[in-house]
Amino acid sequence: MIREFNLVDVYYLVLAARWTLALTVLAFIGGGIVGLLVALLRVAPYRLLRALGATYVAAVQGIPLLAWLFVFFFGLPIMTKVQVSPWIAAMIAYSIYAGAFLGEIWRGCLVAIPPQQWEAGSSLGLSFGQQLRYVIVPQALRIAIPPTVGFLVQLIKNTSLAAVIGFIELTREGQLVNAATYRPFSVYITVAAIYFALCFPLTQLSRNLERRMRVAR
Amino acid sequence: MSYVFNFRDIWAQQDFLLDGIGITLLLSSVTIAAGFVLGAIVASMRVYGGATIRAVSAAYVEIIRNTPLIVQLFIVFFGLPGLGVRLDAMTASLIALTINLGAYTAEIVRAGLEAIPRAQIEAGHSLGLSGLQVFRHVVMFPALKIIYPALTSQFVLMMLATSIVSQISAPDLFHVASIIQSRTFRDFEIYLVVAFIYLALALALRILFAGVGRIAFGRR
Repeated sequence: MIREFNLVDVYYLVLAARWTLALTVLAFIGGGIVGLLVALLRVAPYRLLRALGATYVAAVQGIPLLAWLFVFFFGLPIMTKVQVSPWIAAMIAYSIYAGAFLGEIWRGCLVAIPPQQWEAGSSLGLSFGQQLRYVIVPQALRIAIPPTVGFLVQLIKNTSLAAVIGFIELTREGQLVNAATYRPFSVYITVAAIYFALCFPLTQLSRNLERRMRVAR
Repeated sequence: MSYVFNFRDIWAQQDFLLDGIGITLLLSSVTIAAGFVLGAIVASMRVYGGATIRAVSAAYVEIIRNTPLIVQLFIVFFGLPGLGVRLDAMTASLIALTINLGAYTAEIVRAGLEAIPRAQIEAGHSLGLSGLQVFRHVVMFPALKIIYPALTSQFVLMMLATSIVSQISAPDLFHVASIIQSRTFRDFEIYLVVAFIYLALALALRILFAGVGRIAFGRR
């Protein structure tokens, strides 16, 4: 029995968007930790550490997110002998993925600080860690905010791929509603509209922050 | 850990994998070419067009950039038949990928066009160049040179994103992987192998773009 696509379905879809947001927040936290590490590796004073960071970024950015999701979804149960939920697989895959992109963004912010700032720090006898903490990071943090918000938009959109491993979020809910109503055009346009409502304000925010920063400089 | 990897079953499917790689490369190259042309047109509309044209092209860019590719693909492949437009998986994939890449490319090209100073364009006109000549030699070429790194990394990301078309059963590399998975039950191995194939393709593409850039724009 095929039922009509009506307001109740729209309500279901809007409700499913909270899982999209939940996954985005978790991925951002996980990716933030990995990204911080990657950014630090990329500016580390040892060549080996820098190469390690660069290799990680190249590997993650050279493999589709879909492949990461499947590798962890199918691979984790095999490696750990524990059946993993789509939540765990998605969390790990998105943290790895977001970590590479955030790491690159933040590295860019760190190297945007003039080298004289590092030199000034070291001439005051600060260690590498102290230079980062008291001189570089406070300045880099300001310029990091607009591109980080911009990446958040990418992350929200990319959580849609978790649908393929059965993670129920907005896109998966769209597939389920479509299976019940068979109104694919209306369903997916609604899904797209909800994504737009989530992403567009963030895009604008990122753009405004960037503009304000350019004026401040 | 006692899992025994078995890649032999997957090696036996190499012809099938090669077919998938071929489709992925076909999808990527057509999408990159068409997406670039679309993006360049939209960017020119956004920079040089009247108010209406600017608004329309801005709306296109914002709508596409703020919704996921997989949903765009579902709208084209599952949604359009409801409106009487029935497309096979490959055509739907090419359309959705091109529309998607066009929006991202438009933003990048626009940044390049806006980086060309007005005075440079006026200088071109005062040398007696026609409008089209100015656009080609004074605006587009230098703009492309500026945005080339951003543009090509977007293209590499697009090649990887073509994997999403497997979700509407277009026979690309990732779809081939899922079929091999169901034939051999070697879930982990096949996705590891495919991940490495994509990585190799991405590296090859980066090297290719670097070479093309050196030929087109010369050494810096």
